[in-house]
Amino acid sequence: MFKNFMSWIEYRMPFMEKMNLHVMQYPAPKNFNFWYFFGSLAMLVLVNQILTGIWLTMNFVPTAEGAFASVEYIMRDVDYGWLLRYMHSTGASAFFVVVYLHMLRGMMYGSYQKPRELLWIFGMLIFLVLMAEAFMGYLLPWGQMSFWGAQVIISIFGVIPVIGDDLTLWIRGDYVISGATLNRFFALHVIALPLVLVVLVFLHIIALHEVGSNNPDGIDVKRPNDGQKIEDNVSDKFTFHEYFTKGGKKIIVDAIPFHPYYTVKDIVGVVGFLFIFCFVIFFAPEGGGFFLEPPNFEPANPMKTPEHIAPVWYFTPFYAILRAVPDQLFGAIFMFLAIIFLALLPWLDRCPVRSVRYRSNLHKANLVMFCISFVVLGVLGVLPATPTYTLLAQIFSFTYFAYFGLLWFYSKNEKTKPLPVRLS
Amino acid sequence: MIKKLFTVLALVASSAAMAAGGHAVHLDKAPIDLTDKESLQRGARMFQNYCLGCHQMQYQRYSRTFRDLGIPDDVGMATLGFTANKVGDHIKNAAPKADLANWFGAAPPDLTNVARVRGPDWIYTYLRTFYVDPSRPFGVNNEVFPLVGMPHVLQELQGIPYKATETRLVDGVPTEVDVGIKTDGSGELSTEEYDRAVADLVNYLEYVGEPSKLESHSLGVKVLIFLGIFFIFAFLLKKEYWRDVH
Repeated sequence: MFKNFMSWIEYRMPFMEKMNLHVMQYPAPKNFNFWYFFGSLAMLVLVNQILTGIWLTMNFVPTAEGAFASVEYIMRDVDYGWLLRYMHSTGASAFFVVVYLHMLRGMMYGSYQKPRELLWIFGMLIFLVLMAEAFMGYLLPWGQMSFWGAQVIISIFGVIPVIGDDLTLWIRGDYVISGATLNRFFALHVIALPLVLVVLVFLHIIALHEVGSNNPDGIDVKRPNDGQKIEDNVSDKFTFHEYFTKGGKKIIVDAIPFHPYYTVKDIVGVVGFLFIFCFVIFFAPEGGGFFLEPPNFEPANPMKTPEHIAPVWYFTPFYAILRAVPDQLFGAIFMFLAIIFLALLPWLDRCPVRSVRYRSNLHKANLVMFCISFVVLGVLGVLPATPTYTLLAQIFSFTYFAYFGLLWFYSKNEKTKPLPVRLS
Repeated sequence: MIKKLFTVLALVASSAAMAAGGHAVHLDKAPIDLTDKESLQRGARMFQNYCLGCHQMQYQRYSRTFRDLGIPDDVGMATLGFTANKVGDHIKNAAPKADLANWFGAAPPDLTNVARVRGPDWIYTYLRTFYVDPSRPFGVNNEVFPLVGMPHVLQELQGIPYKATETRLVDGVPTEVDVGIKTDGSGELSTEEYDRAVADLVNYLEYVGEPSKLESHSLGVKVLIFLGIFFIFAFLLKKEYWRDVH
């Protein structure tokens, strides 16, 4: 009965065929480590955001008069409204945590290198849309920090010559941030950007499955089949989709089917992640004032500036770069470049070796310095801009950008270690 | 526009510097306990008697307070609900909002979320550091909120507080040194009783800021225990499957 039903479906839509291609017979390198959890975790958080978002929307009122009160209504009068809200607000921060770690993984193991440039570009687009999505979402509770944070970020667009003023007017839909801004941000936050995000994630995965997953050793698991028997190859035990073997022209080495091996492994990662995630939701939903900032428990008041405006933590590395440059226009340009350079990594890195494991000590040091710069800038972006902090921000902005310049310079003739033949 | 952005950023920087300065005041740790229902009930009574004249809790319903504090609705309505028609009403007052802003220089803020905005320690210290200052319109000033527009509403409980000083030798020179706030003893409560009463009020404000907190903690423990057990099974399942690979 079930078999008949499935073949009825299969005849009309290749469901099992596609499941085999992308899940059950998809070859994944066998040596994925801790860093490879964050892709599936990002997907989990995306689903969490969409589901909790739908339920929050049912009671949220997207008007300047009603937004703040409706959030309090959700927190107090809606059954488990507080849980939905905390899952959503914590999810926003968790999204950036896992995405930043996911990006770092890509940088460590050279996952952006040929032939994965397009995959990386889709990832960067996801990151950009995610930032827009988070920014617009943060305005919706209509608290003091929602209002003033948006004020600062929208005014960044105003530094663009000639069109700046008109552009900010166009974004706000008003001369100041008002109910009109809230309304359009709501529309973009709940419909437009999530749709774009889901499409981009789909493309990201399609592109990934076309070129195959990279791995911590950075060597290929699909190799030309020269007829020679490969010793002790775990892949021999499994059937992979013929799309990947190209009818015997390719041989798969040291890879295992995504399902069940990585599904059961990702469940372990998911439960570990949920443990931390739920701890924050239930015991520290404000995230020490970084996930939900204290002034945001006060309704937006255009007449009263909060003592200290800081964007939410996930924007602060870029915000610190903006503030480090004395000229506003150039500050905005550098902030933008900080993201553009990341997107250009596939072309800036000219080394044929992917993984940091087999690259030079110079590259290792450079990557460590980049991570330090990013974290320090993130901390500085939260703090007030005193002369000392500004100087520090300038130094670490320099080292942030130096990563890309140095990488381009040394990667062409980098002294690398010999690559292993097989996955470790 | 560049100027505008600069102004915004300058404001941010200067106000941040102010914020840094403003935190210099030491805040006393508020001795509060959300599980202490009697303390919360006393706090609710304090709020109704001393705060609600000017401040509201416009997002909190009487019914919610009664339920969470273990007060039967009819008892609550008779003793605390004097601004409510129905038990489901929000905790609001009938004070003329525009006049209040004129009288005090600023509209008294809504207090539903005050504990989340300021933190319980801030409120606990604030309510205990009013002191006589004849230069102020209501004759009092405050240590953690200088030049505050609010009068010392709890004066009948605390008595008249003043900044006490002592003459001490500093580097061999007799100098007047601040030794904290003292009261003239004209209040209904002793210093310890007053601190306790303020702590009750702060406890209540902390509760109203996040009424779901206790429920969140108890549910959270169950969720984490579940995840902890689930983790063991997930790990064993992974290990079992991966035998094929290793």
